[in-house]
Amino acid sequence: MIRNPNSGRLAWLGNLGLSLSGWLVLAFLLLPILVVLPLSFSDSRYMSLPLGSFTLRWYEEFFASPQWLGALFNSFAIAVASTVLAVVLGGLAALGLRHPAMPGKRLIEVLLIAPMIVPAVIVGVGMYFVFANAGLTRSYTGLILAHTTLAVPFVIVNVGSALGGLNQRLLWAAASMGATPWMTLRKVTLPLISPGLISGGLFAFATSLDEVVVTLFLAGPDQRTLPREMFTTAREALSPVLLSAATIMVVFATLLLLLSRSLSRRS
Amino acid sequence: MSAVALTPSLPVVARKDRAALWRAYALLAPLVLFLLLTFVGPIGTLLWRAVADGELPQALPATAQALSTWDGVTEPDEKLFKPLVQDLREVSPRDLAALARRLAYENPALRALLSSAKREAASLDGSAASLAALDPRWLDNATWQTFKRAAGPVGSYHLLSAVDLKHDYKEGIVTKDEAGLYRSILARTFGIAAITTLVCVLLAFPLCVFLDRRTPRTRNLLLLMILLPFWTSILVRTTAWMVLLQDGGMVNALLQALGWIDSPVHLLYNRFGVILALVHVMLPFMVFPLLAAMAGCNRLLVQAAYSMGARPLRVFFQVYLPQVLPGLAAGALMVFIVTLGFYITPALLGGPADQMISFYIAQFTTGTLNWGLASALGLVLLVATTLLYLIQAHLARRGAEGVKR
Repeated sequence: MIRNPNSGRLAWLGNLGLSLSGWLVLAFLLLPILVVLPLSFSDSRYMSLPLGSFTLRWYEEFFASPQWLGALFNSFAIAVASTVLAVVLGGLAALGLRHPAMPGKRLIEVLLIAPMIVPAVIVGVGMYFVFANAGLTRSYTGLILAHTTLAVPFVIVNVGSALGGLNQRLLWAAASMGATPWMTLRKVTLPLISPGLISGGLFAFATSLDEVVVTLFLAGPDQRTLPREMFTTAREALSPVLLSAATIMVVFATLLLLLSRSLSRRS
Repeated sequence: MSAVALTPSLPVVARKDRAALWRAYALLAPLVLFLLLTFVGPIGTLLWRAVADGELPQALPATAQALSTWDGVTEPDEKLFKPLVQDLREVSPRDLAALARRLAYENPALRALLSSAKREAASLDGSAASLAALDPRWLDNATWQTFKRAAGPVGSYHLLSAVDLKHDYKEGIVTKDEAGLYRSILARTFGIAAITTLVCVLLAFPLCVFLDRRTPRTRNLLLLMILLPFWTSILVRTTAWMVLLQDGGMVNALLQALGWIDSPVHLLYNRFGVILALVHVMLPFMVFPLLAAMAGCNRLLVQAAYSMGARPLRVFFQVYLPQVLPGLAAGALMVFIVTLGFYITPALLGGPADQMISFYIAQFTTGTLNWGLASALGLVLLVATTLLYLIQAHLARRGAEGVKR
């Protein structure tokens, strides 16, 4: 962008340096994640160069271990449940926030976004105090409630921006032709904001799948999630099984990313 | 990722004003109620625990009463001793244990002092002589000051402890004896966040200029390379760095193969590893707002400056940088805020000297069960985060306005 029309050699050198540093930073971002993949298929215990020969041993260990498999199942069950809850609660609230001049709107907006801003440790400690009194620690219910709380802001933001881009005239047209508010919502608003709902849901799902700090405070031995299991394992000793778990999560991340990209391209 | 407008651009025609308002509130009610229970309640409890000091009034109610009238300066006398002996005779072992733990935060020796007094409570008559015979420390002003600081039900002890201060009734607010413990943790937390932010800015700036100059098609492809790490679990990225940086890991193997080093360098369990991984995790937060600011920059102004003979450096600092500065600052503050609260990455990649404030909050909550101090440190982190976020939101708004222009 800063293109000096009057310069020759110097600008060429500058461009070269810029491209070089751009590619280096991109490599820094991407390589650490890509490196995990081949290492998880290598039969060398040391997880380093040179790569050993190809093996599925670490994946066999992963899928043979009730602990890892249970964690994978828990992660999914909790992510699905909290995504559904977050999309329903957040979707309704985002529709409510559309009202242009309701008293207390600013305060409500701050409340709905706050779980995204407040550090996870603070949320975790607070929930630990309260949920323990309510008998919700060491339970699936407690974890689902916690993950929903952390995921809701993403639904609000995504649905909110979909609603912001909604053509108001369509709603007027529906109303002028005698549609009730409920019909307008079902036939016009919901289909138009469904990309926002789905991408909010994807973010919510990824948030729950990634969450580990609050889980560390609330989960009992029966609610181990995949990130939590990875955390406790990594704390003790690195093992190639950890890398197979990481690879599985990278695959999920890629799927979620591609889904959200194809959504944003369509809308 | 930064602030997204929640208000629709066109106003709703509210023909039935009141009905529309009630409908809006009804739609919001479920989530607001939900968050009151799962979010506001827990944060409120944490804030309350930061100032609550209920163990002494619970265990020794009459003594708490007497302490509130004692000024903390004069030598303790029978006005305090008599209620103490009375309370000690009646206190339940459970309440006494809770009190002993609370007093031990400040002075571990008081635990034994208290339990010996409880054993002899029946034979004590509440006179100075009888207590002095038991243990001369019962006549000390310092002992009773510690009691007074814990006399609750609300007190500043935990909050002051979180910044290494103590309320001395003779000298006012003074620095604690083991000074510097929590202040150095705070300084370390801010220091790590600052370095991470700085490195993120230095890496993101050339990357964003580079991306900004590509065609939209190439740029979208390259953005995927940033989005994939962004969507990948923090734990995956942290373990990836653990594998790469270990003594026999790829980085060391590569450096040795290149002949740059003879024996493996320790890259793990120190500050270097923590900051490297933090930068990797936080860089996308910096790239997105900065790229948006660069895309919104008015190129004609740059061309105009060149056409009037300005030198490249001058164009950069006087024309280009001011236009992208709000986006740059918003991104940098976001990185700083999120880094302040990090727990997982330092816990896995850092040594004992690299742990940030979140680690200690977690440690005091589930490890040593010092909930008052955990909450007070949490409050410090929450206040810092909130203040910085308000600034960030302001900058992000200004950045967005700049883009519109």
